[in-house]
Amino acid sequence: MLAAIGVSSLQEIFDRQIPENVRLGRDLDLPPGRPEQDVYAELARLAEANISSEQELSFLGAGMYDHYVPALIDMLMERSEFLTPYTPYQPEISQGGLQVMFEYQTAISELTGLPVSNASTYEGPSAVAAAAYLAKLHNGRSRIVISAGLHPHTIQTLRTYAHGYGMDVVEVPLSGGVTDLDAWSAAVDADTSAAIFAQPNFYGAVEDAQALSDAAHGAVESDGPVVIAQVDPITLGILQAPGECGVDVAVGEGQSLGNRLDFGGPSFGLFAAREEYIRRMPGRIAGETLDVDGRRGFVLTLQTREQHIRREKATSNICTAQALNALGGVVYLTWLGRRGIVELGELLLARTHYARETLAALPGVHKLHEQPVVRELALRLDADVAAVRRRCAEQGVNPGADLQALTGRPEDEGGLLVAITERRSREDVDRLAETLGAAVAAERREAVSV
Amino acid sequence: MSPIDDNHLHADPGIEGHHPGAGSARAPTPLQRQPATTIFQKGAPGRRAFLCPELDVPQVPAEALPERFRRAVPPRLPEVSEPEIVRHYVGISKRNFDLDSGFYPLGSCTMKHNPRLHERAAALPGHARLHPLQDPERAQGALELMWNLQQALGEISGMAHVSLQPSAGSHGELAGVLLSRAYHEDRGETRHKVLTPDTAHGTNPATVTMAGLEVVKVATNADGGVDVEDLRAKADSDVACLMLTNPNTLGLFDPNIEEIAAIVHGVGATLYYDGANLNAVMGLSRPGDMGFDIVHFNLHKSFTQPHGGGGPGSGPIGVSDRIAPYLPVPVVARNEDGTFFLDEEREKTIGRLRGFHGNYGCFVRSYAYIRSLGADGLKDASETAVLNANYLLARLRQLGVDEHLPLAYGELCMHEFVLSGGPMKRELKIKTLDLAKRLLDFGFHPPTVYFPLLVDEALMVEPTETETKETLDAFAEALAAILKEAAEDPEIAQHAPYTTPVRRLDEVTAAKNPVIRQELV
Repeated sequence: MLAAIGVSSLQEIFDRQIPENVRLGRDLDLPPGRPEQDVYAELARLAEANISSEQELSFLGAGMYDHYVPALIDMLMERSEFLTPYTPYQPEISQGGLQVMFEYQTAISELTGLPVSNASTYEGPSAVAAAAYLAKLHNGRSRIVISAGLHPHTIQTLRTYAHGYGMDVVEVPLSGGVTDLDAWSAAVDADTSAAIFAQPNFYGAVEDAQALSDAAHGAVESDGPVVIAQVDPITLGILQAPGECGVDVAVGEGQSLGNRLDFGGPSFGLFAAREEYIRRMPGRIAGETLDVDGRRGFVLTLQTREQHIRREKATSNICTAQALNALGGVVYLTWLGRRGIVELGELLLARTHYARETLAALPGVHKLHEQPVVRELALRLDADVAAVRRRCAEQGVNPGADLQALTGRPEDEGGLLVAITERRSREDVDRLAETLGAAVAAERREAVSV
Repeated sequence: MSPIDDNHLHADPGIEGHHPGAGSARAPTPLQRQPATTIFQKGAPGRRAFLCPELDVPQVPAEALPERFRRAVPPRLPEVSEPEIVRHYVGISKRNFDLDSGFYPLGSCTMKHNPRLHERAAALPGHARLHPLQDPERAQGALELMWNLQQALGEISGMAHVSLQPSAGSHGELAGVLLSRAYHEDRGETRHKVLTPDTAHGTNPATVTMAGLEVVKVATNADGGVDVEDLRAKADSDVACLMLTNPNTLGLFDPNIEEIAAIVHGVGATLYYDGANLNAVMGLSRPGDMGFDIVHFNLHKSFTQPHGGGGPGSGPIGVSDRIAPYLPVPVVARNEDGTFFLDEEREKTIGRLRGFHGNYGCFVRSYAYIRSLGADGLKDASETAVLNANYLLARLRQLGVDEHLPLAYGELCMHEFVLSGGPMKRELKIKTLDLAKRLLDFGFHPPTVYFPLLVDEALMVEPTETETKETLDAFAEALAAILKEAAEDPEIAQHAPYTTPVRRLDEVTAAKNPVIRQELV
């Protein structure tokens, strides 16, 4: 090979190209390579040093959920044909991936009740930030009004991006667990580019989405802001679709649809909108067309929105989407099917309702709000949450997330956020009640004795 | 002109004995040529795969979810059985070309082999079913892995601090530009310009706009490097940073990198390294030692996270000491007792870029890769990537391909090279696009086409280190055969491909009248 190149050594190739001053000239300070079985052993050791949702009774949620992932998703996501290609730049040999995108877009469009979906974005919170950019491009205004019911990571992410966009973020407080409608209306002014709320919100409460959309759209005489809802797709079998209640853009975290927890990623962000925003959408979009022989096929389309064509005028800098995770999403929705998504939604609703009533009946445990809940509920404990969680952990129960640790809000002191997936049976909830009740009682006794 | 290899998906160029362009070519297999039917067009009412767990709690009272919050019409999802789902998706998967099936020399994408060990490790429940809000003391394995990966990426790049948070290269770029902005703002300076070479990836200028700054292009010199005089003229106190890939998108290591760094630092700006091409220099040269302040990595390129048909990716960033205070949160840190924690309390941070801690599943795979290869193996990977690229370039010259497809710049290359199809278009009447489409009939994924923009009819080839000499030879011979064929009859390439599940698609109509979802009746 060297002879063909016309050099005497491999070193010569580098000597002729890399200036001597910037050559490393030593070995990297990393351990030597290992055989496959040794690396596997190390990765297994690290896995065993974690307590997964397989090893404890976990009610953690707050953005990522331990839903059941059917076996056929593992099989399909591991197939070489889906796992190892790049973005489908050559459509003639990428029809499989492109068709998956097209089907995914159809499923997300159906789920959200909005006509236009892209082929996925990175994940939930950054999808909200991408939607705010769509609003900025659409109306050029500089304020983003948000509900305090958004996930704290979403709020933090949006603030990071908004600094780049040159936009201000104005937070509207909650009242009784949901967005304060009067404050919401008052916050939207003529310079408001986007109004964003979460459904259900971070505290598990179902918002009056129609009222929030109407209030935002009607708050100013001229063209109102772009109304953006951060939705949880798994609840959309029973909750009103964003497209049914005045929402312009629906975004959300897709992990609950057939994706693993993976300590927080990778998953995918869904992004759907009304027709008028189609040319302002971020990310890849697959479209249907015909080949020269008249055969149906799919291509990446509307690419003049994208960075590789439009460069500094692009609608987003997104290049890679989350194609493999979106495959998991569409296969999951297909597996659930038309009836299953409703049945699962009803089951989650019933179990979450049962859990809230059961837990709030414990001494020293209260509902944080009275709003409807569908898959997650918020409690207030008359005890130190961190200490209660530690006591529960000793019993092999993870009772949920410490609300205040996530939001940092003083009013969330004592808050516990409990997620109920279909993997948590009534028996599991009863065990949680027993464990949590005992832990709260023990903490209160200790507080009294101190 | 013989078939390349029996194992290739579409090994037969497929037009023997047929008039080209008339749609008369042999179909690959009946399955591949079946008309596309989506899952929404299959199934029947009542058919299903999912069996819902039983309702083991009391029915909820109606007021638990008032009617006005309830969905009026259920989403029209498919009604299919599990066997139908499996047949459907396995069927359409066969209409994809993939890295496990054949050579994929897509320039700037680093399509190297994806070891299956990584999938097995990432699927262990301790990784795959670990909740991101698990208490740090009960997620020590994950935090240790992340910390080790931060350390390894820091050593490979020569950067003192690493954050794993960004989700992809473009996300890392956004982090980098926001970091540069934060650095200047903290010093009381408002700098609104970002310099990018005209060879830059499209993500660079798009990112700059999203970060609220303005793109200023820097010219490329006759050797394919940064035009140092143009840089000097444009570098002033309004410049926040210069974004650079080195080796650049022409596959060339910029010999003036030290001078470039001096000019940029001389005006108080920062130097940003787009890590798309890191696969050329691992263990050989480090961005930190070249003077870069901010680096992003593409774990899905250099560190072999599978591309998944367009994601997931992962785009950690590394920074020098002076940029470290602004790093996005969280960063994994180590306590004095050797345990690990998520450091969220960083006073000057630019904030979060996404939920939770980054694409951990990708970290597991890339960490497995780094542990498998070690210091020697990573260096060997880069050396072999560069050797393979130069060998392929030399082989094309030996076959006379350079007569019509000359190297755009330079003589040697790093891990990839860019050919210009300009002479081919003029002399043989086939465009780079035609050449790419004809390559499909030979069972190869074509190189990146029409990028970088400053090369006429560009063809960007990155073979990677995991390809054999035999594969490189076969690819070179295929290119030579296509040029020879075009000299005799350019129509063959002009109407290619012939053997693929579909042939050339009408992208213009698709964009003009977008149909982007299945219509349901």
